[in-house]
Amino acid sequence: MSTVIDTRNGISLKVWMGIALCGVVLAILPFALGAVGQSWVRTLNFALLYVMLALGLNIVVGFAGLLDLGYIAFYAVGAYIWAMLASPHFGLHLPFWVVLPAGVLLAAIFGALLGAPTLKLRGDYLAIVTLGFGEIVRIFMNNLDAPINITNGPQGINRVDSFSVAGFAFGRSQELFGFRVTGPEKYYYLLLLLTIIIVVMCVRLQNSRIGRAWEAVREDEVAAKAMGINTRNIKLLAFSMGASFGGVAGAMFASMQGFVSPESFSLTESILVLCMVVLGGMGNIPGVILGAVLLSVFPELLRALVIPLQRTVFGDVILDPEGIRMLLFGFALVLVMIFRPAGLWPSAVRRRELSGAKGGQS
Amino acid sequence: MIAAAVNSDARSMPELLLVAKKLSKRFGGLQALSEVSFSICKGDIYGLIGPNGAGKTTLFNVLTSLYVPESGTCNFMGHQLTRLKPHQIAMVGLARTFQNIRLFGSLSAIENVMIGRHIRTRAGVLGAILRDKGTRAEEAAIQQRAQELLEYVGIGERANDVAQSLSYGDQRRLEIARALATDPVLLALDEPAAGMNASETLVLRRLIEKIRDDGVTVLLIEHDMKLVMGLCNRVLVLEYGKVLAEGKPADVQRNPRVIEAYLGAGAADQAAVKVPANDPATTKGPGAAGGATPSNEDHP
Repeated sequence: MSTVIDTRNGISLKVWMGIALCGVVLAILPFALGAVGQSWVRTLNFALLYVMLALGLNIVVGFAGLLDLGYIAFYAVGAYIWAMLASPHFGLHLPFWVVLPAGVLLAAIFGALLGAPTLKLRGDYLAIVTLGFGEIVRIFMNNLDAPINITNGPQGINRVDSFSVAGFAFGRSQELFGFRVTGPEKYYYLLLLLTIIIVVMCVRLQNSRIGRAWEAVREDEVAAKAMGINTRNIKLLAFSMGASFGGVAGAMFASMQGFVSPESFSLTESILVLCMVVLGGMGNIPGVILGAVLLSVFPELLRALVIPLQRTVFGDVILDPEGIRMLLFGFALVLVMIFRPAGLWPSAVRRRELSGAKGGQS
Repeated sequence: MIAAAVNSDARSMPELLLVAKKLSKRFGGLQALSEVSFSICKGDIYGLIGPNGAGKTTLFNVLTSLYVPESGTCNFMGHQLTRLKPHQIAMVGLARTFQNIRLFGSLSAIENVMIGRHIRTRAGVLGAILRDKGTRAEEAAIQQRAQELLEYVGIGERANDVAQSLSYGDQRRLEIARALATDPVLLALDEPAAGMNASETLVLRRLIEKIRDDGVTVLLIEHDMKLVMGLCNRVLVLEYGKVLAEGKPADVQRNPRVIEAYLGAGAADQAAVKVPANDPATTKGPGAAGGATPSNEDHP
């Protein structure tokens, strides 16, 4: 609560300086990385997509305390809506201001659809049902090519339109103010803008009447009901809000990649996003962002470091980084859970909870 | 502060607030409540006592809709409580605390009370995101009211402490503050003095009297007889889910059936010998004694 009061009583000069510095770094980051290689800008863009996903999942898992293992389904819904409404597949090329809201809305509806039958479930049971939901969506995408071809099945949808605003296409390179700006660099700014909007929404939701109601449901559902909180609606709201952020990320993914297929929305993706939330620090927005950036950049970093390292040491590539990626990934998670059980950057609440559990109930 | 919210006049003619008729609740083979009837008037501190397992908390849970009774009705200011959902109970003006404290443990004390303001405030998702003038004003009002309530129950300086780190007595008081935050007409307290020492109990007693004086009717489950007898103006005694006696504390205290239930049959015999000497009226039937009415007439 103290943080809430602090931010409201005006932000100090130091904090403004920090924000300004972050802004400058974020603004020049793609050009700095672009000098090393365009693939790094692409990695950065995916990191931003994962930040959006992790923040959406954080509403469900971190704020409302509902374990969701099928979150990637909403990402899939957003991506497929964009792919279907803006590609030659149906011959539709609707503008972004139709497709993006449609994706968000449909993802939110899917969120409520998932939420409705799981209202009475908690913990393990909820996790299993949501896991099933995620798989159902993926299998539908995989098989809805017959009798009527809706999703084009396992081949996926090709040549998806990229984001464009009034003729300004985000997919192509072009000269701007004497600079050559590539497609990924343009997308970076678009994604950054969306991410900032989502971060602001998350922060404001957390410190609001709705955010407190979510926390009440997480802490004690019976007591929340006794306080007059309509737990059904508040849980559905959490599912919908979380899903809508997933929908935004999905739509951006489709437009950026130009191609969607059911493969991109597997269970491991759901688990990866959940790992980002847990590793970063459930319920804490900066922590979740950190978790998402680390876990999305880490494999790329590994790929870039391990092969040259082995070449110089052994003169040959003995270990394929793809092969040991999961091993290192798991090892890192175990270490984090041992040394920082509340996540790398835990919320004040979660830290209290764990220290309380360690100290024992008096 | 609370009087303003309820706008009551406790000294006028007693006005029926809650009328329960023949409430029954069964858990498998156990008849937890059988045909329990009673009524609470505005301004009462209504005590609910009985040995362990008598069905007191079950009755609380039926009143607050956590359990659905098999039969019976419960009218609360024109609302049928048994037909409402648990979350609608607080809306109509009935708030409760829990026997085994159910605070939002890892949140701060003030956040707990702020959650209590949920139903009396309106800000939705859009308001939260846009944070417009109205929402900010409402948020400030919530925070101010929560702080006032913490001070009202005497833990104002604990506002930013984590709820589960508070002492037992303070946690009980925080639960009361959280319940008061819903602007209740009737406040139901489930064993608020459990685990408190004598001086804490005295402070609690003052608090409950203050709440009553500010216009909130109180329903109280308690094991501390001294507290119940000193504080309540009406008492309902339950045993094995049945109403054993109902009436003024002094009359209930003398009722031989109540003495038997609490102290065993032998004690009741002794009491039965002793009581008539003090008050011959009770031997004729407690009903005539002005208030204490056993549920049936076959008393020893």
